Amino acid sequence: MSLRLQTQGHASSTLRANILGRIALVPTETEVRAETVLLLRAGEADLDLDLDLEGYAGILTTGDEPISRAATPTISRARYLDHLSAGDIVVLQPTGGVRTLFRPASPHNSIFTTDRCNSYCVMCSQPPRRIDDSERIVEHLRLIELIAHGAPCDIPRELGITGGEPTLLGDDLLRIVERCRDLLPTTALHILSNGRLFYYGDFARRLGEIEHPDLMIGVPLYSDLDFEHDRVVQAPGAFDQTLIGLQNLGRYDVPVEIRVVLHRMTIERLLPTAEFIYRNLPFAAHIALMGLEPIGLAVKNLDALWIDPRDYGETLQAATLYLAARGLQVSIYNHPLCAVPRILWRYCRRSISDWKNEYLEACSDCAVRDRCGGFFASAVERRGLLRIQANPIRDLE
Amino acid sequence: MMATPATTLSASVDSADTSARAYKLLPFRFERWTEQEVLLVNDVGDFLFLDARSFEALIGHRLAPTSADYRNLKAKLFLSDGDPTVPIELLATRYRTQKSFLSGFTALHLFVITLRCDHSCPYCQVSRVKESGTRWDMSRETAERAIELMFRSPAQSLKVEIQGGEPLLNFDLIRFIVERVIDRNRTEGRRIEFVIATNLAPLDDEMLTYMKERSILLSTSLDGPAPLHDANRPRPGRDSHSLVEKNLGRARAELGHDRISALMTTTERSLAQPEAIVDEYVRLGFDSIFLRSISPYGFAVRTGAAARYQAASFLDFYRVALDRIIDWNRKGTAIREVFAQILLTKMMTPFPTHYVDLQSPGGAGIGAVAYNYDGEVYASDEARMLAEMGDLSFRLGNVHRDSYEQIFGGEKLRSLVAHSVLESLPGCNRCAFLPFCGGDPIFHHRTQGDVIGHRPTSAFCAKNMGVLRHLFGQLRSGDPFIIDLFTSWATGFPFPGLDEMPT
Repeated sequence: MSLRLQTQGHASSTLRANILGRIALVPTETEVRAETVLLLRAGEADLDLDLDLEGYAGILTTGDEPISRAATPTISRARYLDHLSAGDIVVLQPTGGVRTLFRPASPHNSIFTTDRCNSYCVMCSQPPRRIDDSERIVEHLRLIELIAHGAPCDIPRELGITGGEPTLLGDDLLRIVERCRDLLPTTALHILSNGRLFYYGDFARRLGEIEHPDLMIGVPLYSDLDFEHDRVVQAPGAFDQTLIGLQNLGRYDVPVEIRVVLHRMTIERLLPTAEFIYRNLPFAAHIALMGLEPIGLAVKNLDALWIDPRDYGETLQAATLYLAARGLQVSIYNHPLCAVPRILWRYCRRSISDWKNEYLEACSDCAVRDRCGGFFASAVERRGLLRIQANPIRDLE
Repeated sequence: MMATPATTLSASVDSADTSARAYKLLPFRFERWTEQEVLLVNDVGDFLFLDARSFEALIGHRLAPTSADYRNLKAKLFLSDGDPTVPIELLATRYRTQKSFLSGFTALHLFVITLRCDHSCPYCQVSRVKESGTRWDMSRETAERAIELMFRSPAQSLKVEIQGGEPLLNFDLIRFIVERVIDRNRTEGRRIEFVIATNLAPLDDEMLTYMKERSILLSTSLDGPAPLHDANRPRPGRDSHSLVEKNLGRARAELGHDRISALMTTTERSLAQPEAIVDEYVRLGFDSIFLRSISPYGFAVRTGAAARYQAASFLDFYRVALDRIIDWNRKGTAIREVFAQILLTKMMTPFPTHYVDLQSPGGAGIGAVAYNYDGEVYASDEARMLAEMGDLSFRLGNVHRDSYEQIFGGEKLRSLVAHSVLESLPGCNRCAFLPFCGGDPIFHHRTQGDVIGHRPTSAFCAKNMGVLRHLFGQLRSGDPFIIDLFTSWATGFPFPGLDEMPT
């Protein structure tokens, strides 16, 4: 079952703009209340008239508005709050929406920087929207602050920066990286970008000059041929920009990861693409060969894209071993072990974010289930159409 | 042959439409491989084999954009059908990487600390003398001056190679040099590696203790099984081989198995027993062997040994020995051939090799330099041997008389470098193998009386071409084991084989 990351309730009139805060299940000291959203169970709010609710960033309850809430922004009569834990960071919206932005318990936290993108990939899982959301930078910086002020054990080991296309934030992206460097120096920062704007060497140089201690830019490359890559990202000239961008990042010592999403339009040239990466981008710190997530535009283009991973095992093996034999760090993402040749298991990672990661019934008696990455929830949902199936492993000789 | 880039410019059209585009050739060289096939190599060493008919179509600008050949040529940067900025930028970055050895300048510094030796090898590349007296030893003052010159080099990594003669016969000076370098390096902060090139015969426990303390590497000589080795390397008592074997064991036990490597020299006698030589290296537990041909210096020429066999017989020897090495690997014993490894690294990886004998411009002086026992500075060990024979053409200066600028910035070295740029040497400039090869003006001066030289009669050229052809042929044969093996030699990483199944 995938995890719930939002809920809806009724916003008080004092909730006029988005408010970020860290969930607390019990009343807190006065000093930290400005960063805290106090979660009250139904009943707690109504019955205890003496609750001191002064100074909190917000109040969140399944019950009615507490009488003693004073002017504190509140979302009441929330449909569901069981998914929230102490330490989670949420945003309370004037519409009554409550979205989870950060969960200390998860290894997969990201800052979703923008809905905008300058590419339009045929398999995009989160199709971009043409809106001006540049003012959200304030919330992103606030989120970093809140994460940093959390309990020491809640400081994440890794934090993603994603979108849309984060580089469209321009200087604001650099501010995010700087803020992370200053406030979260022990957190690895992983930015997902199409790399096109690093074509401008100055931008790459300024990113490098921030000298974030543990930064990686994950950049997709879908082919060794410009027109094939451009066809996937539906943006003429993108291949050239991305390649120069990668070179610039390399030049300014910003570690890069190359990501190849495997589908019908990319699988044919996977091996030549691996060769191209080794020859021209040997400084890549990591190469991720990724299974397709059947959601967003990928669903719309499913006929042109979908290929059963079991049908490209040989190609995947050739490309993976080609890279590994040359000392490059290579990982296979988003593939259940039973769909991958056994020689490649060591390269498979449990990469699907926990909130959208599922297994099939048949997986329950599989000998390697606990180290298998499983399936995308969106694939399981379409299991009939995609003919998804699990082949439980029983022999482990 | 160098293909001439087309002068017609392509029109810019929708990037998804390949059918309507003209293409430009990017720089490459080629070699007719067989009647049916052409080998194409670009400036950074990427290569592919092309059907002869496709090749004609390619250079005639008639190759169909939809063909697999077209796509592969484009992906490997042999042609461009859009804005050529990007492929040229990629090639430029690669080219800079491959020429990065230039920015480091002289990294290998040879200290010839004595000419004394207990062996009297007929092929010896150094004048031997009876082993007594100090007439043929380097003085401390000379060593000090040489060390100062070495630290003037901008190289971040310095390799101090101490050789002779037999350097262990002058062990006090080895200590002096090593201590002095370590002391000087406290303020310099370079990465320093010490190597002693020794026949191992005079090795004793005290020396071993010191070598261990200072993490010194050893490089010894092993020509093959005892009868061959002892015939090649005579010594009073005819016990060279047994001394090597005994002291190899001691040294490995004290310093670590991988701290001692061996070099072999091929003589006329060796030519008949390539397999026995390889087997002897395996028997003695070496994981590498460097199949080196005899060089035309020092005593080798005086005794006429070099003239006795042509490059062709060396190549026959090389091929059989390499096959034997491959067979050992097939049977599970890992051993690699170092010359092949260097060439394969150039052929199969985007990285430079830092092997000074196969560079353009050549490594003499700018990659390696030799300080002779008497204070003379030579552009290479070979230049020093020439001087021992009376030819001072490549003496760069003297540690006592000349400054760093005079030695490393003088006309002699500048001219030597200028004459070792393959891209401008007749015969080399059009050779498909150029990106893998190197310039050796000293060899051609010695053998042909001319620093530029004549390729069709050059033994250096014949040997390198022959080995490269053989290696390309092996890769072309498609034997998956050989391809995996060569890949692991080239990259230095073990191949992730089926034997490493996860459990």
